Amino acid sequence: MSLKTPVTIFLLIAVAGLAAFPHFSDEFYLEFFTHLMVMGIFAMSLDLLIGYTGLVSFGHAAFFGLAGYLLAIVTPQDEAVALWLSLPVCLAGAALAALVIGWFSVRTSGIYFIMITLAFAQMLFYYFNENEALGGSDGIFIFSKPFVGFGDWQIIDLANPTTVYYFVLASLVVCYLLLTVMLRAPFGQVIQAIRANEHRTRALGYDTQRYKLVAFVIAGTMAGFAGYLEAVSTGIVSPGHLHWHNSGLVMMHVILGGMGTLYGPILGAFILGLLHDQVQEVTEHWHLVQGVFVIFVVLFLPRGIAGLVGRLFGRARDLDTEETRVADDDEHKVGAEPNGERTK
Amino acid sequence: MIEPILTTRDLSKSFGGLVAVNNVTLDFAPGRVHAIIGPNGAGKTTLINLLSGDLPPSGGSITFKGRNITRLPAFEISRIGLGRSYQKTNIFPQFTCFQNCWLGAQSRLETSMKFFRPAAAYAEVHARAERALDLCGLTHRRDLPPAQISHGEQRQLEIGMMLATEPEVFLLDEPLAGMGPQESEAVVRLLNDLARDHTLILIEHDMDAVFAVADLLTVMVDGRVLATGTPEEIRSNAEVQDAYLGSGEGKA
Amino acid sequence: MDLTTFLIQTLNGVQYGFLLFLVASGLTLIFGIMGIINLAHGAFYMLGAYIVYWLMGYTDNLLVAVLLGLPIMLAVGYLIERFAISYLYNRDHLYQVLLTYGLILIFNELQKIFWGTDFYSVPVPSLLGGSVPLTETQVYPVYRLFISLICMAIAAGMYVLIGRTRLGMMIRAGASNREMAQVLGINIGRVFAIVFSLGAALAAFAGMVGAPISSVYPGMGDQILIISFVVVVIGGIGSVKGAFVGAMLIGLVDTFGQVLLPDFASVVVYAVMALVLLWRPQGLFGKA
Repeated sequence: MSLKTPVTIFLLIAVAGLAAFPHFSDEFYLEFFTHLMVMGIFAMSLDLLIGYTGLVSFGHAAFFGLAGYLLAIVTPQDEAVALWLSLPVCLAGAALAALVIGWFSVRTSGIYFIMITLAFAQMLFYYFNENEALGGSDGIFIFSKPFVGFGDWQIIDLANPTTVYYFVLASLVVCYLLLTVMLRAPFGQVIQAIRANEHRTRALGYDTQRYKLVAFVIAGTMAGFAGYLEAVSTGIVSPGHLHWHNSGLVMMHVILGGMGTLYGPILGAFILGLLHDQVQEVTEHWHLVQGVFVIFVVLFLPRGIAGLVGRLFGRARDLDTEETRVADDDEHKVGAEPNGERTK
Repeated sequence: MIEPILTTRDLSKSFGGLVAVNNVTLDFAPGRVHAIIGPNGAGKTTLINLLSGDLPPSGGSITFKGRNITRLPAFEISRIGLGRSYQKTNIFPQFTCFQNCWLGAQSRLETSMKFFRPAAAYAEVHARAERALDLCGLTHRRDLPPAQISHGEQRQLEIGMMLATEPEVFLLDEPLAGMGPQESEAVVRLLNDLARDHTLILIEHDMDAVFAVADLLTVMVDGRVLATGTPEEIRSNAEVQDAYLGSGEGKA
Repeated sequence: MDLTTFLIQTLNGVQYGFLLFLVASGLTLIFGIMGIINLAHGAFYMLGAYIVYWLMGYTDNLLVAVLLGLPIMLAVGYLIERFAISYLYNRDHLYQVLLTYGLILIFNELQKIFWGTDFYSVPVPSLLGGSVPLTETQVYPVYRLFISLICMAIAAGMYVLIGRTRLGMMIRAGASNREMAQVLGINIGRVFAIVFSLGAALAAFAGMVGAPISSVYPGMGDQILIISFVVVVIGGIGSVKGAFVGAMLIGLVDTFGQVLLPDFASVVVYAVMALVLLWRPQGLFGKA
């Protein structure tokens, strides 16, 4: 825990930096950073599954895109919809989808879980991709931004990029704090125990399936929130938001930054995003660079940047125990298999 | 005769063609230490796995305090008061000893679906975890991860986690396995303490320890119950001596 | 739907199912035996199609192109196994997913660099270009029947290979118990390399023979990968028999779905997957 203080200081400086950023930035980078912060929220929500619960979901983009499409659906052509109305609807839609997909997938584990989450997400992708009423593969515009206010009184104007920027920054901070609180609460303790040793967690008296399902729904809802913000800030939703390459991208953010930490995924989103921005200037073959980069991370930086920082600060001991954990995990998976039948 | 707290009737478990537990009918009296002994492969651990819900039985029934628990999942069985420890140490390697016990203690909350109040603020959980850590003798190792304590201490932690769930019936699968003599002695003392107001069902190979703590012994061979009785009765049972003690398996 | 349409759609479904089987069987074997989830498997399918398109530019003969292309794909599979996959044994599935996903990005981009984003078509071999008359007005292309036949032969060959040969014995031993296999003196590393290369070649072969029907286009690998996942999930991971049944089921469901429920065609296969999972979460032939 020796890292706690430096990390807190770093985060405070980062938030201060982000808060000051609009004063120095042109509109392009303002919108770009808004997007990166949205991806940070998205990545954090996936980390709740991968890094804390041990559920490798490869279909997380489904909830991100679904919430965006819901906003497009509830927004009339020529009129704004209230944030108080549209946000709960979009979040509830994402939560419901996560409940259904999660119900099927948390009963399985390992490779099944990966494949099933991927397959269901693609199902939603194809649905929107081929739905001509929603713009098909081109996507759909949201002409009026959600209205924040009461009656005629507008509190903030989401059509203004700077306002959206601060709205997203505040959302990022709130999500971070919410997750921090949740992970310290009994629920957070249980999901982390599940990741460490699900079999033993069940034997101690926890209905692990239910905890996994709830974690899945929370993560899906938060991903939906990120998708809502993305739709609000860009004014467009396309099937690409649900595509599995988006799920792959956000998974890269989590691993690159360091899973099992909340700041890691945000860091990952910024680093990969900025790298993309820079590489684009030099070559059009960004995916080639991205592919090589992710392989490099898997082979040489499996704990991500957070892990690297940890090692620099001399937390080698913790990393060692991490490794025993991975080995132990596999054993338990084998050992736990006979229980599968019982826990259905 | 006292009403048994836990009973099995014709309990069986087969894996493919192999019958690991074969029509076992046993009564476990409350407040007693009931040891199950037998050669390797006799089906003792499988029996414990059936009782704890880790495995679903192929046949027969299990009753706990008059309630049929045969098909109950493991987490339910733990919640109604049957705790177990594992022969192969089964702990949370990257948590500290205290956190390991904490997880056991927290499981006694009505529900852990609580999202806001910090876990550390639950005083009764805290107290339960500390008590369990103290009982299993690891207070001085409180904040170390299991990787940094001895193998014997990890075994103690295994028991500590179960203690933290405050069960009525303890299912102990070879609690002394891999312990040095001093550690064994401490655990035997702990078992004797627990025996005062709990029911203990115990698998153990260390015969000295078994005879020191057990009120009743059941001998299992090839998945079946060969005999049940007091230590004296078992010691003098010719059949048992033939099948088990005589075979050299009972390393004294 | 009249009987002839039904017959044509059934034949199409079976033919599609056979192609899916070639891809899915490799996927399921690589998982069952090596414990690896290989997202790059669809990329092999795509590469097979593009390589055949490229070779056809020189030979103009599909058979020759396939015969030249297969060794290339075996080599590609072998190199990928040696230089990437072999680092992933016994590692968390998460890293397997990410690394093989990285491979997809690389393959897709290389495809764009070499061949661009155009759609290409590969001509049906003239020898198999004819049609079989079904009724006075309806005909069925010979080439599609030919694909089904050749895939059937390959499926039978796989059955014999796995069930009856020494290599198959090693594969089965490796799948059921890695340590035991090593004790028996089986070189697991070599078995893995062979299985992976064969799996890559099978997927590529599906892309090659499918090219004249489906045409050759960017993203074709992604599409087949995800459908193959559905097949493997339905059949039960690690089961070749399951992959066969799953592939036939999905082939038929997808084909008939496009005819009967055109609005939901792409969603139907996933609904079938959900139904199977409701009934058997471990898949039709998966171990509980």
